[in-house]
Amino acid sequence: MGELRALTVSQQVGLLFVVLFGLLGIVSIVGVWRSLRELTPEQTALRERFARDLRALWIAAVVFWVAWVSGPIGSMLLFGFVSFLTLRELVSLTHTRRADHRSLLLAFFVVLPLQYVLVGMRLSNAFTVFIPVYVFFAIPVISALANDPFRFLERTAKIQWGVTVTVYGLSHAPALLLLDLPRYRERGAFLVLFLVVVVVAAQLGEEFATRRLRRRPVARAISRSFSWPTFGAGVAAAAIVGALLDWVTPFDPLAAMAMAAIAGAAAMLGQFVMQALKRDAGVRTSTGDSSVTGAVGLLDRLAPLCFAAPVFFHSVRAYFGI
Amino acid sequence: MTLPEAAGLALAFIARVITGAQGHWHGSSPKAEQRIYFANHQSHFDWVLIWAALPHDLRAATRPIAARDYWTKTPFKHWLTREVFNAVYVTRQRGSDGAAADEDPLEPLMEALRHGDSLVIFPEGTRGNAADPAPFKSGLYALAQAFPDVPLVPAWIDNVQRVMPKGEVVPVPILCTVVFGPPIALQPDEERRAFLDRARTAVMALREVA
Repeated sequence: MGELRALTVSQQVGLLFVVLFGLLGIVSIVGVWRSLRELTPEQTALRERFARDLRALWIAAVVFWVAWVSGPIGSMLLFGFVSFLTLRELVSLTHTRRADHRSLLLAFFVVLPLQYVLVGMRLSNAFTVFIPVYVFFAIPVISALANDPFRFLERTAKIQWGVTVTVYGLSHAPALLLLDLPRYRERGAFLVLFLVVVVVAAQLGEEFATRRLRRRPVARAISRSFSWPTFGAGVAAAAIVGALLDWVTPFDPLAAMAMAAIAGAAAMLGQFVMQALKRDAGVRTSTGDSSVTGAVGLLDRLAPLCFAAPVFFHSVRAYFGI
Repeated sequence: MTLPEAAGLALAFIARVITGAQGHWHGSSPKAEQRIYFANHQSHFDWVLIWAALPHDLRAATRPIAARDYWTKTPFKHWLTREVFNAVYVTRQRGSDGAAADEDPLEPLMEALRHGDSLVIFPEGTRGNAADPAPFKSGLYALAQAFPDVPLVPAWIDNVQRVMPKGEVVPVPILCTVVFGPPIALQPDEERRAFLDRARTAVMALREVA
């Protein structure tokens, strides 16, 4: 470890990405190797799912790498674009009316860019209140000006909620990249990595527990798999992985564990909420290719991060008292 | 690359960013053969959406229909329809400026089909905003009679009315799909109205798969 500490910060981050891409490469090669054998239909279905998840991981890894390499402006553009695609998907799933047109334009073309500009300028105090306070106020005003009272509260609530999840929530991931903490300058990439890894760990833990423990779902109409024991397993998985990774973070082991548990819990609950939304919108399966709009499934993959990022970001800030 | 080609690529890219412009093929496949695509019509955006949903190499040979009086009014509109989209211009009958009255309004379309090009037509004639498409006008029947060998491919454009409602100029990003269905053909002794209703049903049937 001594040699690692001797490296500059950017060398350390570079090394991190080398390791990350190396691992992904090994997993991909092994996956291709194993796919050469003959498979039962059940195995084929599992394999296809694995291949899809792996592709998503590759894309995510490349996105984070490009975000880090291209500096604040590049990462804002990149995450802004991802936010845009996610918001587009969410709006497609909800029913909006003609009179919402101007409010939606405001959300897509004013709120979204402005939020990322604020994040990019490291104005933490501004970007944490911009959407919850100012946009919360602006959207109903624009909607009311459109002169359509039909289901007014419902329509404005949907837009506000969508913006909060896909723009406000997601923008906290690049905000972590730019967060300057005491004795931890320029190492935001590690924090983002920590967040992503514990979120993935929570989901894997939950998935594993779902297969093993056949517990009664808490809300069968929304999710057939979500139950408190599996949720607990997910939190535990996140906490353990978080404690193991405490050396990349500015926290002590106990705090790292707590942060990981908080982020993992937020991610799983976010995923659960998103399932409710998809059920409401009439999307049959989370990964199936048939859907109301042919939505591409980005929302599904990012929902855990959208919910976990702001919670994690504010926990970190609270921990350092800034 | 020429300027119109670049403009075409840029427009297709914008259409994809705004709407996804996803093409789904059910019962027909994207093939480089002469075809007449016909679809429901709800927005000015419809043509761009179909065009962007087609694979790149089919775009050049697939042409829209443009009203001559409107789309040649300004140099930009004229350039866009002529150079980028390679539109077939038709003269609207109700323009009634005397000279155009004796020309068959379908003649430019026939000319393009004789030339081997594919066409995209909106047989409702005008943009509607009801849930179901309006009854089809007879132009499709005349084309099917004159060119019995050209497959008629129905298409359903979903969600586009939410992107740009009538009267708005800036599109809202919302995912749209274009579903292309199995081709239909005019039966030997099928009547005009029966054929047009069958064509309309073929378009509406695609709503279920959208």
